[in-house]
Amino acid sequence: MRCRLRIRILLIATMTVPAIPIVLAAQRQNRPVVIASKPFGESYLLAEMFSQLLESRGFRVDRKPGLGATEIAFGALRTDAIDAYPEYTGTGLIAILHDTLPDSVAADPRAVFAHVARRFANLYRVRWLPPLGFQNTYAIAVTRSTSSRYHLRTLSDLARESSHLTAGFTADFIGRSDGLVGLSRVYGLRPRAVRPLAPAVKYQALASGAVDVIDGYSTDGLLARYDLVTLIDDKHFFPPYEAAALVSSRLDSQVPGAIAALTLLSGRLDEKTMRQLNRRVEVDGEDVRRVAGDELVALGLTGAAHDAQAAPSAWKSGFVEYLWDRRATIAALTVRHLELVAFALFAAVIIAVPLGLGLERTRRIAEPTIGALGVLQTIPSIALLAFMIPLLGVGVAPALVALGLYALYPIARGTYTGVRDADPDAVAAAEALGTTPTQRLLWVRLPLAAPVIMAGIRTAAVITVGAATLAAFIGAGGLGEPIVAGLALADTRMILSGALPAAALALAVDGILAIVELLVTPAHRRKRFWRRRTEGPDVTIAPAV
Amino acid sequence: MPISLAARNVLHRFGNVVALDDVSIDIPAGRATALVGESGSGKTTLLRCFNRLVEPDRGQVMVGDKDVRTQSPVSLRRGIGYVQQHGGLLPHWRVLRNVELVPTLQHMPDSADAARRALELVGLSSSQFGSRFPHELSGGQRQRVALARSIAARPGVILLDEPFGALDAISRAELQESFDNLRHDLAVTTLLVTHDLAEAGRLAEEVVVMRKGRIEQRGSMRDLIRAPATDYVARLIDRARAGLEALRA
Ligand SMILES: Nc1ncnc2c1ncn2[C@@H]1O[C@H](COP(=O)(O)OP(=O)(O)O)[C@@H](O)[C@H]1O
Ligand SMILES: [Mg+2]
Repeated sequence: MRCRLRIRILLIATMTVPAIPIVLAAQRQNRPVVIASKPFGESYLLAEMFSQLLESRGFRVDRKPGLGATEIAFGALRTDAIDAYPEYTGTGLIAILHDTLPDSVAADPRAVFAHVARRFANLYRVRWLPPLGFQNTYAIAVTRSTSSRYHLRTLSDLARESSHLTAGFTADFIGRSDGLVGLSRVYGLRPRAVRPLAPAVKYQALASGAVDVIDGYSTDGLLARYDLVTLIDDKHFFPPYEAAALVSSRLDSQVPGAIAALTLLSGRLDEKTMRQLNRRVEVDGEDVRRVAGDELVALGLTGAAHDAQAAPSAWKSGFVEYLWDRRATIAALTVRHLELVAFALFAAVIIAVPLGLGLERTRRIAEPTIGALGVLQTIPSIALLAFMIPLLGVGVAPALVALGLYALYPIARGTYTGVRDADPDAVAAAEALGTTPTQRLLWVRLPLAAPVIMAGIRTAAVITVGAATLAAFIGAGGLGEPIVAGLALADTRMILSGALPAAALALAVDGILAIVELLVTPAHRRKRFWRRRTEGPDVTIAPAV
Repeated sequence: MPISLAARNVLHRFGNVVALDDVSIDIPAGRATALVGESGSGKTTLLRCFNRLVEPDRGQVMVGDKDVRTQSPVSLRRGIGYVQQHGGLLPHWRVLRNVELVPTLQHMPDSADAARRALELVGLSSSQFGSRFPHELSGGQRQRVALARSIAARPGVILLDEPFGALDAISRAELQESFDNLRHDLAVTTLLVTHDLAEAGRLAEEVVVMRKGRIEQRGSMRDLIRAPATDYVARLIDRARAGLEALRA
């Protein structure tokens, strides 16, 4: 009976899995305009302005803020997983096209824009809308005291003194040819040490003296807050970084009018305005929706205030109230998070348990196979997620695949070793007495291995709860969303509103699966366990189950 | 119904090791035969040929009047009892369920009754022990359960591979006695592997001495003592005797 029920659950589940792509495909038809951003404050803000502008013109908008980094956001755009996101011409030139321009051209923002726009249209069929009106270049910054102690005014000065200084750069900047790599080449910059830092902690690290120099953006709100000195790019190393909307070519054909609406913002934002807006978001902790809405009204692009229901300035209320205000959002994110974990884990179990059982029969290839799954484990999540985009776009599907891949190893390992090491004497005797291989599996190996298999699933579940926070980088939602946004906006409470529920979820999942583990532990072991804990007398026998 | 066993020119290698070297033997129905010899002499390998746990490279193995290869291993094994040194009881099954294994495999309608009778035959009360887990038994009791499991479906043959080898002397003696009674009562063909010559003499009508995959001598214990065919057999007997003498002194 119990067996049949299990099979039925299995059947239902296997029928659901293929249904997912169908649902996703259905959503693609007549879908809203998908507006994305990269994971830093200004990108969130611009994307929100795009979104509200479109909504005010009657378009439906699907927001996918905080997509990984340039490769993920642009990859998503190229594969039509999103329709538009804010990008910078310099980034397009160097990080995406890898083009070098003659100095005369590279110094001219218009020439760079023209070059980039033409190349993107030819190569990727992706369109740059006219620039928004401001530049946001890299700003290499030091504290005022460092500046005066070492007489630092320009990047050449910095290069001269760099052997005394520790740099704290974002990982993105360290690896980019328009970042540290190029700076070292052009200026001979050789810091004593380079620490990779998340954008959210850079400014604090600099202020506290943990590092001496950081990379920022010229429109960062925090540059002003910490009274930092931005060093002059005296050799004109950085290209112009004009902000503009990057738009997929088919948006116009699929949602006519959307591009015209977005173009309304072109030329309307200057650097001073952006610095103020960024400051409201990053320093004052104001809600992105509210800041974006205010500015659209100020520009006369939208009429009524759009932020009627937006949360009030976050810093003014206590943390508990903050959580309480966001309870509906947090609950929804938690549900999404659990869905991601449950589906990924389920798929991983469906694959890894039979795989582990199969490997037990073909032991020669067992260790190499499981080793390969282990290697999968060492691929950085962001890299794996980025790799998924050309295949599966952004959103839930690639996240599920990536999470599922990560969960394979502990489950396959647990199944294989559990079944392999299950009481060899008992297995041998069962064989000698005429059981079939299937009977040995179901009656002997699996029941004896169940606690080990379950322990593997439990490990995988906890790993998946953690890894699922990264799914936010490819727009799959979940509790990573406030974490990514909070990191980008330097908003600790927002980070915690995702991190705390995620931690609680990990504990809860671990606890529940610990109970399941105990339940699947064969009776003879459970009893010993029980007896050890109660230290009671040798219990006389319970009736057979 | 007791069944006879036979091996004809059986040869088996594990890699380079010749475990069975052209072995031929007839084991008469209803009798007890012991395989003795030093460790590594091929006793276990020969025993396992009869239930196809080992498929010999060459030669013919017969159970009853049929070549074992005419039957599937699974159905062949269900008709042959088997006891190994470390019982091999399923640790997560209670005693009664363990004993019921083969009757269940054979779809016997009264498998639980068969299991209970088998337990009583080996001297264990099924009401007292039937619902215990194996780890709740002594080593001797566990081997009794393994013995009960091997006879529960009333096979025509039982194969025993050092079934009492891991027991202390007293349990061993008790179990030997129960076993001797049991197999006479059931009139079952018995093939017993042991490295203990005294045990072989006590339990088996016929003793087969193996060495390096070959049969050195076969006969009653008395024949072996009176006329050891080779130095090796003589030495085995001397050693067993020396053990006894040491006790007497
Ligand atoms: N599964 C196996 N793989 C490789 N060699 C084996 C295997 N089983 C037995 N042997 C070898 O075959 C020979 C006979 O073994 P076995 O029949 O177990 O001897 P005995 O039971 O008399 O101690 C030994 O040399 C042993 O090492
Ligand atoms: Mg042996």
